[in-house]
Amino acid sequence: MADAIAKRHGPDMSAAVKDALLSGLIALGLFGPLVGLRTEQNMRNELVVQGRWGLLASVIGVIVVGRFLLLTLVWPAMAARKERAGPASETPSAVRQAVSRWFAPTSLVFLFLYPVIIVSLLGFQGSLKWVDNFGIQILIYVMLGWGLNIVVGLAGLLDLGYVAFYAVGAYSYALLSSHFGLSFWILLPMAGIFAALWGILLGFPVLRLRGDYLAIVTLAFGEIIRLVLINWRELTNGSSGISSIPKITLFGIKFDASPDGFAKIMDLPISSAYYKIFLYYLILLLALLTAFVTIRLRKLPVGRAWEALREDEIACRSLGINTTNTKLTAFALGAMFAGFAGSFFAARQGFVSPESFTFMESAIIVAIVVLGGMGSMVGVALAAVAMIGGTELLRELAFLKTIFGDNFNPDQFRMLIFGLAMVGIMIWKPRGFVSSREPTIFLAERKTISGSLVKEGHG
Amino acid sequence: MTGQNGTPLLSVQGAKTYYGKIIALKGVDVDVHQGEIVTLIGANGAGKSTLMMTICGNPRAREGRILFEGRDITQMPTHEIARLRIAQSPEGRRIFPRMTVLENLQMGAALDKLAHFDEDVERMFTLFPRLKERVAQRGGTLSGGEQQMLAIARALMARPKLLMLDEPSLGLAPLIVKQIFDVIGELNRTEGLTVFLVEQNAYHALKLAHRGYVLVNGLVTMSGTGKELLQKPEIRAAYLEGGAH
Repeated sequence: MADAIAKRHGPDMSAAVKDALLSGLIALGLFGPLVGLRTEQNMRNELVVQGRWGLLASVIGVIVVGRFLLLTLVWPAMAARKERAGPASETPSAVRQAVSRWFAPTSLVFLFLYPVIIVSLLGFQGSLKWVDNFGIQILIYVMLGWGLNIVVGLAGLLDLGYVAFYAVGAYSYALLSSHFGLSFWILLPMAGIFAALWGILLGFPVLRLRGDYLAIVTLAFGEIIRLVLINWRELTNGSSGISSIPKITLFGIKFDASPDGFAKIMDLPISSAYYKIFLYYLILLLALLTAFVTIRLRKLPVGRAWEALREDEIACRSLGINTTNTKLTAFALGAMFAGFAGSFFAARQGFVSPESFTFMESAIIVAIVVLGGMGSMVGVALAAVAMIGGTELLRELAFLKTIFGDNFNPDQFRMLIFGLAMVGIMIWKPRGFVSSREPTIFLAERKTISGSLVKEGHG
Repeated sequence: MTGQNGTPLLSVQGAKTYYGKIIALKGVDVDVHQGEIVTLIGANGAGKSTLMMTICGNPRAREGRILFEGRDITQMPTHEIARLRIAQSPEGRRIFPRMTVLENLQMGAALDKLAHFDEDVERMFTLFPRLKERVAQRGGTLSGGEQQMLAIARALMARPKLLMLDEPSLGLAPLIVKQIFDVIGELNRTEGLTVFLVEQNAYHALKLAHRGYVLVNGLVTMSGTGKELLQKPEIRAAYLEGGAH
């Protein structure tokens, strides 16, 4: 196959070399001053220019070789594949249908078995990182993504301050549990209700706003909450945060080394892994609750009204839908799930501070919803796995320090990679990973179009 | 025609509507009686759509009154006006583009909590067989004529006492316009549906309607039965010149 391409595109070789060299020249012009030169202050406060020629050469080398490979191998191969595929077929292939049919149930089974698999592979101690950093961390964002999906994906209200409700939930748990000693299971619903109330509080002033204006006000709201948390020191302990927040118990059983702790009762060796696995299943169930409620609501009048509201607010009103209530329920419900997730977050960390609720968090959650495809549950979950799992994977790349030197910190490339991924998604999948929308109602017979023309109606 | 003597179903009395400081309706009086088709014709910018939107409370009339079944609805919120069973096929159709045809119809029946949904959907498919062919298709992928049919069907799903249509013929092929107007006429004859029709297509509208009003620069300048108005030389000159046949 490579031969065929080489033959067909053989004459292009010299052009490709020229093109690659030209790209290299442009890159030299661009990166020469940017990368090649570095100014530093010496002892006498003078600026000294240092050359970084090795780095510059490697950057340009990557560009020249990359461009050459693109021209000679990648693009011809893509063109050849396009030719072979012919005109795109209208109906999705059987494989694709099977994937979309079975993906959700299979991944659900996998999620339930995940800790078991990890523990059996790596043992309890080895499982910690994979269950905690990957499993729990991702599932928190899946839940937040699904919660925000109600507001942004279904009701079409762009909310850039979603993290505020997450913060309300987290601080509700942190404060009420450390001051009044209330259990997680009482505070979880309370945190949800508090967050929902704040959702309504935000909802009222922004009822008339839409699109960009709504986005700006919600963004400001998120900042206000964060600033209040920083400055209201008497209550929140300011930017130093609240620490030693009580852990979650299972029917009163503590997950610690005490005589009536989980490990002692079960007669297991003491390990922190049990608590992590317990937390994993807890957040999994909370996330699934979010998904279940959303899926059910989509089929109820209020869910339909959300989607109609996203499409056309004026038409909604002329059909007798109370758009005020519809918007407020969307805000309240979305906020409630953020409150659940927040109280879980506080209990899991044992520590909350305003640092955790910056605008960046809101932006990541919005990015998850947009990347996933607005309104699609599976898409949002996939996007959360990609974004958060990707971040965690970057931490795993520390071995690259042996190649790039000690100053190389893969974590710092996170935003760069996010940006690239976003641009890529915009180009190839402008409507997100899963852009199709599942209708909530079908004709009773579920027959095909031609069938419905032939048969008589049942009216 | 029918019930002309009793109180009108819809009565607009001296309605004045402003957009900021600009006056769009300068005191309009329009009556629609039970079982009538009443049309409102006029040129671009005469205030036709404004009148229709004013009846729905968006924008609100700053002066004058709007009565429905003798009840003052001038200050009512839009969605509550719709709940009185004033259904509207708004200007520009405003169907829900990402929702399927069936879901659009479902939204139309939102008021009744889908009590007689199946029955009504079947009725819509009899009226507009094209919609049945497109039932699982997204609204935004329909042709202009089909979208108009969907907008009317969606309005009818609410089992309205008054159906208000804003320029259903806009941008449609003459054959489709005829189909749509035939359906409206038929619904009026067989079910006594009251229709308030805002149109630029004066010829078809006046032929269909029992009575008509002519709106010029925010004021009603003429009214009468459809036939009378069709005969008037001013109307022929202003709206029918060039023959809209």
